[in-house]
Amino acid sequence: MRNELLDMGCRQLRDEIAAGQVKSVAATEAVFEAVEKYEETIGAYISTFRKQAIAKANEVDEKITAGKKVGLLAGVPIAVKDNMCTAFGATTCASKILENFHAPYNATVIEKLLAADAVIVGKTNMDEFAMGSSTETSGFRRTVNPWDTSRVPGGSSGGSAAAVAGRLCFAALGSDTGGSIRQPASFCGVVGLKPTYGRVSRYGLVAFGSSLDQIGPLTRTVGDCALMMNVIAGYDQADSTSVDEETAPVCDYLEKLDEPIENLKIAIVPQFNAGADEQVQKALRDAVGTYKELGAEIIEVDMPHLDYAVAAYYVIATAEASSNLARYDGVHYGHRTDNASDYIEVYSKSRAEGFGKEVKRRIMLGTYTLSSGYYDAYYLKALKVRNLIRSDFTDVFEKCDCIMTPVSPTTAFKLGEKVDDPLTMYLSDVYTIAANLAGVPAISIPCGFDEKELPIGLQFLAPAFSEDRLLRIARMFEKQTDWHKKKPVIS
Amino acid sequence: MGNLQYKVIVGLEIHVHLRTKSKMFCGCALEYGATANSRVCPVCLGMPGSLPVMNKQAFEYAVLAALALNCKIAEFTKWDRKGYYYPDLPKNYQISQYDLPLGTGGFIEIPLQSGQTKKIRIIRVHLEEDAGKNLHPAGNFSQIDLNRAGTPLLEIVTEPDMNSAAEVRALAVELQRIVRFLGVSVADMQKGHMRFEPNINLIITRDGTEYKTPIAEIKNLNSFRALERSVDYEIQRQLDEFLQTGKVMEMGNKTTHGWDDENQTTVLQREKEEAHDYRYFPEPDLVPVVMNERWLNEIKSKLCELPLQKQMRYVSEYKLSDYDAGVLTAERSTAEFFERAVKKGGDPKRVCNLLTQVGLKLANEAGCTLAELIPAAENVAELAEMIDTGKVSASAGNTIMRKMAESGEKPQIIAEQLNLLQKSDAGELEVIVDKVLEGNPKAVEDVKSGGKKSKKARGFLLGQVMQKTSGRANPKIISEILAEKLG
Ligand SMILES: [Zn+2]
Repeated sequence: MRNELLDMGCRQLRDEIAAGQVKSVAATEAVFEAVEKYEETIGAYISTFRKQAIAKANEVDEKITAGKKVGLLAGVPIAVKDNMCTAFGATTCASKILENFHAPYNATVIEKLLAADAVIVGKTNMDEFAMGSSTETSGFRRTVNPWDTSRVPGGSSGGSAAAVAGRLCFAALGSDTGGSIRQPASFCGVVGLKPTYGRVSRYGLVAFGSSLDQIGPLTRTVGDCALMMNVIAGYDQADSTSVDEETAPVCDYLEKLDEPIENLKIAIVPQFNAGADEQVQKALRDAVGTYKELGAEIIEVDMPHLDYAVAAYYVIATAEASSNLARYDGVHYGHRTDNASDYIEVYSKSRAEGFGKEVKRRIMLGTYTLSSGYYDAYYLKALKVRNLIRSDFTDVFEKCDCIMTPVSPTTAFKLGEKVDDPLTMYLSDVYTIAANLAGVPAISIPCGFDEKELPIGLQFLAPAFSEDRLLRIARMFEKQTDWHKKKPVIS
Repeated sequence: MGNLQYKVIVGLEIHVHLRTKSKMFCGCALEYGATANSRVCPVCLGMPGSLPVMNKQAFEYAVLAALALNCKIAEFTKWDRKGYYYPDLPKNYQISQYDLPLGTGGFIEIPLQSGQTKKIRIIRVHLEEDAGKNLHPAGNFSQIDLNRAGTPLLEIVTEPDMNSAAEVRALAVELQRIVRFLGVSVADMQKGHMRFEPNINLIITRDGTEYKTPIAEIKNLNSFRALERSVDYEIQRQLDEFLQTGKVMEMGNKTTHGWDDENQTTVLQREKEEAHDYRYFPEPDLVPVVMNERWLNEIKSKLCELPLQKQMRYVSEYKLSDYDAGVLTAERSTAEFFERAVKKGGDPKRVCNLLTQVGLKLANEAGCTLAELIPAAENVAELAEMIDTGKVSASAGNTIMRKMAESGEKPQIIAEQLNLLQKSDAGELEVIVDKVLEGNPKAVEDVKSGGKKSKKARGFLLGQVMQKTSGRANPKIISEILAEKLG
């Protein structure tokens, strides 16, 4: 018997908790009951904090009883991806090399969640160091798709997406370097937003590709996504790349959420969509139909440089990763080999033992592209492609409000299907990567199911710092459809 | 040896710790000698998820130093990661500046022994973070202290324009004086605030043919002495090596040496220059620094006359000796105090003597600056004038100077209190002189008879007068009276 509480949205739950109609403790207990029941099957979490979560829930309930003001997420059980540092529990990035790493500090987003009175229930599974599109590169465990347990949840924020879809939390944070929020959101039938680069602080997010990484929410509805953004968005002086209030003020993302955008103009990129499965293309056509009914104008645009996006992305992301991951050397923290005969071996053996195959592959790729003699041919050229893609976006956004694409060429694939074929795996990010290269925000929302009853995701991309409009565009579709109301039956 | 001549070629790479309150990219305090690993945070420990934030003060100090070195300041500069694995480098990359340093194309003027100056060209000036320190206690392990990790480090690279060890030393000393003058570094050699790496080779001409010896780099020198001696040693070593082996410079045969202070020799560390690949790329966690005119002008306003210029001006304008001018310009606060006292009317030479003979010694003992010792520079000016007009003797002046440092009282008052004002009243002194002459007929006789004894006797009589006045008589006036009476 499922607890009905678990199907409640964050906004409703928060309001009812704040009004004293529902106890945060009850919602939190419900989450942990579900975890007990389904976690063995789904494997969404690397660690959970039952005792601490209940204590926080009690604290929030007491605050409410005492008539004190409570935060935007008062008492709402939230999960966070295990690449965000928490001063409690371990922060592993799903890597053996950080298996016992306990960060001495909270990431800025964690501080913001706690300040908003959220109840953090656990840290979710992911591809090791967020490198992957199926959560299968996790050094610890397998996460399955709640809609079909023989399939992957997507990645790298697969644990977060599975936890949200599987009702093992009410909302979650993920990180997105090339689609790592949007693709698992799409595979698991939930909403996922990658904010503009610089909108959410990266302080405390264990870096993969620093110029691409961005933290964002995974939720069951667009409204919950807006609520989460109200909590996590904003300037942080600890992150030099976060954007200050003067340049781009944050707004109340819920305020005008239900107001449709007038004279909405949506661009589609035919060249882009051609490679998707027929079922995915059909869902996109249906979505076009829905927006036309809502009075939107659909235009076709050309983005000539998108063909090079995947190549440029894998050069830039791996180059940055090779440098970001250099610190995991067994000297200051993390896994250290037992069999070193000198300090060079402390490095080489600790790293050989601690990192998984995909991470090693990307470190080698990145090291190669940065090497003298190759830098100009790879890294510098990739930066040029990145600039061309940016200007493609600038051009297109002069003609429209947003771009609509599929999130992924396919729905969730089978566990083990692509894990040994990195190139095919990399290509599953073909639609999501451009947003990271350009730094623009993009959202994934449920837009149908294929014949195997697997969710399909619809992606919108909008100009930098227009998350408010992006959410409103998504909300227009959500109001018109009920895909987001479907929920998986976990076998 | 035959017909052999050689020319020494030296270029320098210098690292200078800046004296900011906090580190380059985090808020940790810069504190020399603190308990190991007590001045650290997630950022300078390179913890996962931590991000650097630029210390604006450090950047401004670096620009100020680059301006003083006559560099062109970049309007746009960025940060780069320099990748290498070393246990004292927590991130295994150093945040530095690669292709767009903040300053380029400058020069530093150094004094030569001849009294002339020489311009040494500066290739580049950039800012980076220092690493921690590896400690090697006895036993089968090493320890790492990361207190120093993240200290703002200014790197200055010169052209190979120096032609002797003395010139290398002069540059090092001059640079220390400049960064201290600007207040951008404490530049304490003993604390490792300045480190030098000279690149040395020789151009040897033998029987009309020119040979270049392989370049040798000496790492990590942190005293002027070691710098000068190691360069001298290396010059001799290269000369010997050339004579024995005839080895000349080739691609990749640059060697790296350390300095063995105990044996006063350089020690070969690396035979061949390793093809080190640092895999530089732009630091994605920091934003580029754009220098606008307003900001640059703000920094420029903190520039001042540089010590060497001051020193030369003191010699030409105030007729001070080069040595004294050097002492006065060793520290900015000293030079400024000196100039204030001169501006208040003190004779430069007299003020200089008061400061170099008494003031600086006292300040040194008290561990403070002259201005802290004697807040009112005009008091020193007044004292100088009292000495010049004969109100007090030069030695009494020194005594008054000491008292001024203690009490802060005006020199006139101190002179009165200590009864140090000289008797310059000729009438009063004449009475005393007459008494002395009366009481010492033998000496008077000797003076009058002239010859060898005369000078000695005159001195004796003068001494007698001084004794009778407890040393407060103005010796100049007594001499005049004596001359009048004895011829
Ligand atoms: Zn620090």
